[in-house]
Amino acid sequence: MFRYILRRLFYMLITLFIIATVTFFLMKMLPGSPLSAEDKLSEEQKAIVLEKYGLNDPVPIQYLRYLGGLVKGDLGVSFAFDNTPVTKILMDRMGPSLQLGFQALLIGSFLGIILGLIAAVFRNGAIDYTSTIFAVLGSSIPNFVFAGLLQYVFAVQLNWFPVALWGGFEYSILPTIALMIFPMATAARFIRTEMVEVLNSNFILTARAKGISETGVVFRHGLRNGLIPLITVLGPMAVSMITGSMVIEQIFAIPGIGEQFVTSVTLNDYPTIMGTTLLFAFLFVVIILIIDLLYGLIDPRIRVSGGNN
Amino acid sequence: MSKLLEVKDLKVSFNTYNGEVQAVRGVSFDLNKGETLAIVGESGSGKSVTSTTLMGLLPKPHGFVKSGQILFEGEDLVKKSAKEMQEIRGNDIAMVFQDPMSSLNPTMKVGNQIMEGLIKHQNMNRADAKKKATELLELVGIPQPDVRMNQFPHQFSGGMRQRVVIAIALACNPKLLIADEPTTALDVTIQAQILELMKKVQEETNSALIFITHDLGVVANVADRVAVMYAGKVVEVGTVDDIFYNPKHPYTWGLLGSMPTLDSTDEELYAIPGSPPDLLNPPKGDAFAPRNKFALEIDTVMEPPMFKVSDTHYAATWLLHEDAPKIEPPESVKRRMQGFSKMEGEQ
Repeated sequence: MFRYILRRLFYMLITLFIIATVTFFLMKMLPGSPLSAEDKLSEEQKAIVLEKYGLNDPVPIQYLRYLGGLVKGDLGVSFAFDNTPVTKILMDRMGPSLQLGFQALLIGSFLGIILGLIAAVFRNGAIDYTSTIFAVLGSSIPNFVFAGLLQYVFAVQLNWFPVALWGGFEYSILPTIALMIFPMATAARFIRTEMVEVLNSNFILTARAKGISETGVVFRHGLRNGLIPLITVLGPMAVSMITGSMVIEQIFAIPGIGEQFVTSVTLNDYPTIMGTTLLFAFLFVVIILIIDLLYGLIDPRIRVSGGNN
Repeated sequence: MSKLLEVKDLKVSFNTYNGEVQAVRGVSFDLNKGETLAIVGESGSGKSVTSTTLMGLLPKPHGFVKSGQILFEGEDLVKKSAKEMQEIRGNDIAMVFQDPMSSLNPTMKVGNQIMEGLIKHQNMNRADAKKKATELLELVGIPQPDVRMNQFPHQFSGGMRQRVVIAIALACNPKLLIADEPTTALDVTIQAQILELMKKVQEETNSALIFITHDLGVVANVADRVAVMYAGKVVEVGTVDDIFYNPKHPYTWGLLGSMPTLDSTDEELYAIPGSPPDLLNPPKGDAFAPRNKFALEIDTVMEPPMFKVSDTHYAATWLLHEDAPKIEPPESVKRRMQGFSKMEGEQ
């Protein structure tokens, strides 16, 4: 098990290296420079600045220099935000984004599982159809539509929650709801489909034949087997948290990484773009590793060798 | 001997988009304590639906008991609530299923799957249940039961899994064990082992056994009595000797004739032509008549009642009516019947 994780960590490093390389060269191919927006600077002044940040060097040299810094854990300094080190920007901004993402993912998939479960147990009834309609709406309507709606109804009209900005927990409620609609709808759909199949399988009949109560049958025997395919979509769901947060953070003016990322792209702030991309990539590969380990936890058939059986 | 189970004119139907499918159309049989009854018939004859109904496990809401009684120790199971049936299932009546590969929960340790019933019905704590479950694994012939307790189903072979399924069924010493084609999905060599095991545990626990199968070879091996089902009805019932040496229903002839034996040499196997009737619109008269070359005119008009052949032997065919022409089973089936008695004599 330990060796398996070590091997996976090694692959993760390779993945991150490839992502860093691809992003670096793609970014250099973007039109414009970090100084495109600075109209007040003269050509000479611009040249001095470019020279100072080493942006006149050939791209391969810049690339190697960047990699050298990366190995030492140095992501460079931001061009746009007063020479702040990128690591500091990311650290400062990560809190709200992580909180939002985890809240949305956890609450969303939990509610989705319950919704899907109820729909499967009472399949082809009114509850089932309602939840299916909700699931289709939830996964097809973009989250910024929900965000605007939530702001209008619960903040502007009812005045229950703050419209935007970031403060205490109450500030996180509306963006979390807007962000969790997608994982919730996805989970509900998957659990519903899978549970209908699981509840019709032979081992459920065996469980019923033992005289176990229906709740015991559904939760102890059904749910664990129904969860397996959901883990597969946890990955895409986590990605949707990352991309979703870019939009949601903009709408709710939350000082998170997503909001930061969008701003730095518009400003051609190379080090910040690189740093943010690498952070997203890192989060993503970690999530995939966790998902693979979760598989083994839930389904004993795919437990990796050297595990506890 | 006292009656453990009496099924009286049981009718079970399923509501489908096309209408009501009458899967079981008036089945009656009884079972004594410790006795083995084999229910035979081809696919779709209603034998599995009958057993599912006995367990109270009909798929709801489209499957339902239309009429009839299932008297288990004098109490009618049809009238029991879902809660009351939960107390009976796995405790008084248990079931062994057909496909061991899919009958066990893949994500639960085998030991826990056996212990569940014990904890529910016998009020055992986990430690006692664990001890009993280990004994059960030993009883069904699984080596190293302590180790096997903590393994998952995918670590067992098909035959071993069926042993586990049997252990689960036996956990609470059921008075009635229903085995729905327990050997059909297994290799031939394993089949014999599982049959031996079922006979052994039945002798040890003295439970009654309903053995559902379409394999007449298995029937001769395990059963005391046989009920032959066709199109949702019992068409002939009798002791193993009655059915094998003195079959009266043309359908039973067909079943016996279609069974290959070692000394069936040049003769062709006797096949029953056609396919079973559509139970969405059950035919008028005798359901077997369209496939029966001995069918009489009355068969297309009126359903035959159960005629008594002997105290143990009944068959539903007009051929047994006193006015019916005397018709003998086909030669190939007759030879086979003699073959059975010869085999019996040699043993």
